[in-house]
Amino acid sequence: MSESLITQQPAFPPALFRRSIADALEMAHGVDAIAAEERAASLAKRSLKKESKVWGLKLIISMMDLTTLEGKDTQGKVWALCQKAIRPDPSDRDIPHVAAVCVYPAMVPFVKQAVAGTGIHIASVATGFPSGQTYIDVKVSETRQAVAAGADEIDMVIDRGAFLSGNYQKVFDEIAEVKEACGPAHLKVILETGELANYDQVRKASLIAMFAGADFIKTSTGKVTTNATLPVTLVMLEAIRDFLHVTGKKIGMKPAGGIATAKLALAYLVLLYETMGGEWMTPDLFRFGASSLLNDVLMQLRKEKTGAYQSGDYFTLD
Amino acid sequence: MRLNVRKTYKLYINGEFPRTESGRFYAVKGKGGELLANACRGSRKDLRNAVQAARKAFSGWSGKTAFNRGQILYRLAEVCESRAAELVDELRRQGSTAAEARREVAALTDRWVYYAGWSDKYPQVFGSVNPVAGPYYNFTVPEPTGVVGVVAPEEPSLLGLVSRIAPAIVGGNTVVAITSESRPLAAITLGEIFETSDVPAGVVNLISGLKTELVPWLAAHMDVNAIDTTGVPDVAISAVQKTAAENVKRVVHFNAGKIGWDDATRSQSPYAIFDFQEMKTVWHPIGM
Amino acid sequence: MTSQLETRDRLTPGAASSALAEWHYSPSLEATDHVKIQPRYNLFIGGKFVEPHSKRWFETINPATEETLSEMAEADAEDVDRAVKEARRAYEKTWRKIAPSERAKYIYRIARLIQEKSRGLAVAETMNGGKPIKESRDVDIPLAAAHFFYYAGWADKLEYAFPNRTVSPVGVAGQIIPWNFPLLMAAWKLAPALAAGNTVVLKPAETTSITSLMLAEIIQEADLPPGVVNIITGAGATGAALVNHAGVDKIAFTGSTEVGKRIQRSLAGTHKKLTLELGGKAPNIVFEDAPIDQAVEGIINGIYFNQGHVCCAGSRLFLQESILEPVVRKLRERIGTLRVGNPLDKNTDVGAINSRAQLEKIQELVESGTEEGAEIFQSSCSVPDRGFWFRPTFFTGVAASSRIAQEEIFGPVLSVLTFRTPEEAIEKANNTPYGLSAGVWTEKGSRILKMAQKLRAGVIWANTYNKFDPASPFGGYKESGFGREGGLHGLSPYVVLT
Repeated sequence: MSESLITQQPAFPPALFRRSIADALEMAHGVDAIAAEERAASLAKRSLKKESKVWGLKLIISMMDLTTLEGKDTQGKVWALCQKAIRPDPSDRDIPHVAAVCVYPAMVPFVKQAVAGTGIHIASVATGFPSGQTYIDVKVSETRQAVAAGADEIDMVIDRGAFLSGNYQKVFDEIAEVKEACGPAHLKVILETGELANYDQVRKASLIAMFAGADFIKTSTGKVTTNATLPVTLVMLEAIRDFLHVTGKKIGMKPAGGIATAKLALAYLVLLYETMGGEWMTPDLFRFGASSLLNDVLMQLRKEKTGAYQSGDYFTLD
Repeated sequence: MRLNVRKTYKLYINGEFPRTESGRFYAVKGKGGELLANACRGSRKDLRNAVQAARKAFSGWSGKTAFNRGQILYRLAEVCESRAAELVDELRRQGSTAAEARREVAALTDRWVYYAGWSDKYPQVFGSVNPVAGPYYNFTVPEPTGVVGVVAPEEPSLLGLVSRIAPAIVGGNTVVAITSESRPLAAITLGEIFETSDVPAGVVNLISGLKTELVPWLAAHMDVNAIDTTGVPDVAISAVQKTAAENVKRVVHFNAGKIGWDDATRSQSPYAIFDFQEMKTVWHPIGM
Repeated sequence: MTSQLETRDRLTPGAASSALAEWHYSPSLEATDHVKIQPRYNLFIGGKFVEPHSKRWFETINPATEETLSEMAEADAEDVDRAVKEARRAYEKTWRKIAPSERAKYIYRIARLIQEKSRGLAVAETMNGGKPIKESRDVDIPLAAAHFFYYAGWADKLEYAFPNRTVSPVGVAGQIIPWNFPLLMAAWKLAPALAAGNTVVLKPAETTSITSLMLAEIIQEADLPPGVVNIITGAGATGAALVNHAGVDKIAFTGSTEVGKRIQRSLAGTHKKLTLELGGKAPNIVFEDAPIDQAVEGIINGIYFNQGHVCCAGSRLFLQESILEPVVRKLRERIGTLRVGNPLDKNTDVGAINSRAQLEKIQELVESGTEEGAEIFQSSCSVPDRGFWFRPTFFTGVAASSRIAQEEIFGPVLSVLTFRTPEEAIEKANNTPYGLSAGVWTEKGSRILKMAQKLRAGVIWANTYNKFDPASPFGGYKESGFGREGGLHGLSPYVVLT
C-alpha cells in the first residue's frame, strides 16, 4: 500500500473553501450500522506479528494523549503523569514519549512546567467539559485562558443538546468561535458519540466540526457509558477522508475512552492504516485518548522483547 | 324453421380472438364422427404472438394485489356458473354425457373458487421469515415464475385446462395454453369467459391446433419460463423435457392417473401453485 | 485557508516516527503441521475407503504453490455403480427405516465433528482451493457445520414443513458439487438429503476433493450406517456416470449453466427429480443516497470474496450516474488495500485462483474487455511467482453488450455500468438470462422493497452482500437454476409428497 492511498484532488482548492453548515449537511448521507460494524470487526481480526507489532506498539505510545481528568487531580498526580509521559519505560530508551498530556485547564501550568523542553504537547479540555452545558462566553474565555496558560491543544466538547435538538448552526458557530479563541493552539472537537444515538449522527457531527474549523475530531469525553468504538472511529475516519477529498484539508482523529489494551489499540491502528493509508500514521493526525492503555502497551512491548508474559507489578501506576 | 347461427371457433391471444395466422383449420369431430366445427390449426407464429402477449401482460398481472387477483378468479367462477349451460352443451357435443358434462362444469367452476381463495393465502403458507444468525431481517416470498406454457390434457378437456391454468395465474404467472386437440370447443368458449371476466389481455392465451406441431415450439421458446406437460402425449414427454433444458425451463407435470381430476385435496392444492413459483429471499440489516 | 499543521512544529514521536508511510504486516501464517492430508485418497463407498476399479488416481495440487498435495481416486462407471448400489442398500435396509429422531442425532454428530476439526478442515480447504484462510476459517467451515445443525433438527419434524401431506424420502440422491466452496457445498447438499431420509452418492469437484474425503472420515467417525453417504472422486465423466445411473432417484447439481443444461437434457424421459444451482451475473445496484462507504465495502466483498469464484458474485456494478466519480475513486483506493497473496496468511484478503484453467479463462475474458474498449483498473499489488494469481480488477466504460458484462467470469473482475433512473436500473439488471442474486444499496426503505420486488433473482441483498445462512433459502430464477438450498424450502428437493 502506498502513501497516497487517498486520491487528493480537492473538488475546490483550499482558497475557495467555504466554511458553511450547508456543505457539512450536504455530505451527511446515511451510514449503514451493520455494514460499518462488520467492516470494523473484520479489520480487528488482522493478525499482527513480530516487527509489525512492535512498530505499531511504539507508534501507539507516540500517539497517546496521556490523560487525567478527575476532580481529585493534584499537582502531584499531574507531575507523576508527566514523568510517565516523558519516559514511559525508564528501562527501555527505545520507547518514545507520548504525544501530549491532557488535563483540566487548572492543571495546565503544572504540565507546562513538567514537560518543558520535551516536545510533549499540552492539551487542555475546555468549553465546560464534559457536558458543554454552559455559556458561550464562558467557553471562549476558558479556551483563551487555557491557551494563555500554555495549552497548545484544546479539547472542546460540542453542545449535544443543541445538536440533538437540530440546532446544528449553534453547534457550528460555537466550534468556529472556540477555534478562533484557540489562536495558534490546535483544536480537537469532542463529539461525544456515545450520546449521538447513531452513526448517521456521528457522520453529521464530524462534518459539522470539520467545516467549522476543527483540527481533530474526537469521539468521547470518557465520562459517559459508551466511549470510543472501532466502528464509530471508522465512520469518523471516512468523514475525514471525504472532507479531505472536497477541501484538501487533513483532519486528525482521536478515539478516546475505553481503549485500555494494546490489542485493541493495534486494531485501531489497523483500522486507521487501511482506511487512511500510511499518511495518517502519525501523531499529527491520530491520537489515542487514554490513561491505562500505556501500561498494557509497555507490558506487550516487554513481552515481545523478553518472550515472557508480564505482570502489572513491574509497571508503575502513576 | 330457423337456421341456427354457427359459432366460429378462433384463437384467444392478447384479449382478442384472431383466426390463426396460418389460415389453416382442422376438423373437430363428434362421437359419431360428425363434424362439430372447424377449429383453428394454430401455428408457431400464433404461439409466438401469444408468448409475446403473455410476456407483456406479466408485469401488470404479477403486480396486481393478491386480493385483486382473487377477485378476478372468483369472477371467472361467476361467469362459468352463468354460462354453464353453454359449456355443458359444448362438452356434450364433444362426447360427454349430460351428467358428465354437468359434473365437469360444476367442478371447474368450483376450482376457480378454490384457487381464488388461495390468492392471498399461499404466500403465507410458502413464505417464511428466516431466523438467520446475524443482525439481518431475512424473509422468503414466493413470486411467479413468469410465462407458463400449459399443454392441456385431452380429457377432461375443460376441467383439465382450468385445473392447470388456475394455479398458474392465481400466483401471478401469465399463460399460453395449448388446448385439447380432440376437444377444443369448450376451451375456446372459455376464452370468451376470460375476455368478459376482468382478466387483463394477455394473461391467458389459448391456442388450438395439433399438439405435434405446437408443443415442440412451446417447449423450445426461450421466453417461456415453465412448461406444464400434463397434456403432452407420453411418447413426446422426453423430447419436450430435453428441449425445455435449453433455457432451464421448469417442467411441471400433473399425473392424474391415480388421482383423477376430482379429488378434493390431490387434484387441487396450494402445492400446484407452488410449482409455478420462484422463492425469493431478501436480506436486510437490522440497525439504527 | 491552509492547514495549520503545515505551519506548526511537527511532533517528534521518537523511534516510531521513521518510515510511517508503509506498514508491512509481518507474515502471520496459519500452522499446517497439525493437518493430516493423506498422500492418497480412495473412494468412500459402503462406509469403507476402497480402491477405485479404474486403478487410477489423479493428482490434486495447491493452486497457490502448484505443489502436489495428494492424489485422488478416479471413479469409473463401475465405481459409480458400486456406490449407487451401496446407497440403495443402505436406503432400503437402514436409513429409511430408522426413527427420524435417530437420523437427526447422526446428523448432529457430523455437525459437532466438523466443529471439533474445524481448523484442520479450514487449512486443508485453503491449501487445496486457494481461498484465504480467514474465509475458510470464518465462513466456509463454520457455515458447513451450521448447515448440518440446521437440517439435523428437521429430520423428525418434516410433517410440519409440508402441511396436509405425507412426506417420504426420494431415495438415492446423486449430488455433484463445485470447487468454489468445497466442504460448504457438500454440507448444503448432504444435510437436507440425509435429514429427509435419503441416501447419497456425492461427487466433489476434481480440483478440490480433499475436504470431502476428510468429511468421509468424519462420517465414518460418526458411525453413520455404511452406504448412507458415499463419496466418489473424479472429473466430468464420473459425474456423467452418476447422472445417468438408473439407480439414482434424484440429481442435485451446483455448477455452470452449461453443464446444468446438459444434465437437465440427459434426465429427460427419466423420473429423476432434479435441482440445479447454476451460474450468475449478478447486478449490484448503488443509488446516490446509499451509505456510500458501506456500499463500497459491499461492492468489494461482492466481487473479490473468494477471488470472485462465487456464482452469486456481484459482477455487474450499476452506479447511479451522479455518484460514478466518487464511487469509482473510492473503489480505486480500496482495491489498493486488498492484500493478495499466500492464502494461509491470516491477513490475506484475496487468495489464489483455483486452477490454471480458471486463470486462463479469466485472463481471456479480461483481454476481451480491453479489446472491446473498456477501461481497466487493476490493483498494483505484487503476486507470488508460483501459483495461479489474478490481481483484483475492475472495468469502467463497459458496454452492456460486451462479453465482460454478459458472461460469468468467475474471477475477481468487476464491470462498472451506470444508470439514471430506478426503472433503468431494474431493466438493465434484469437484462440477462441469469437470475441468481442481486444487490441494492439505498437508504430509502420503500425503494429497497420495490427494487427487491422487481429484480428477478432468487436472493436479494439489500445494503449488504454475499451473506449466507442455513436458515436462508438460496437458489436462482431463470437460467440460474431451480430448487432452493437452505431453510425450509431446501427440504423440498429431497421429499416426495403424497
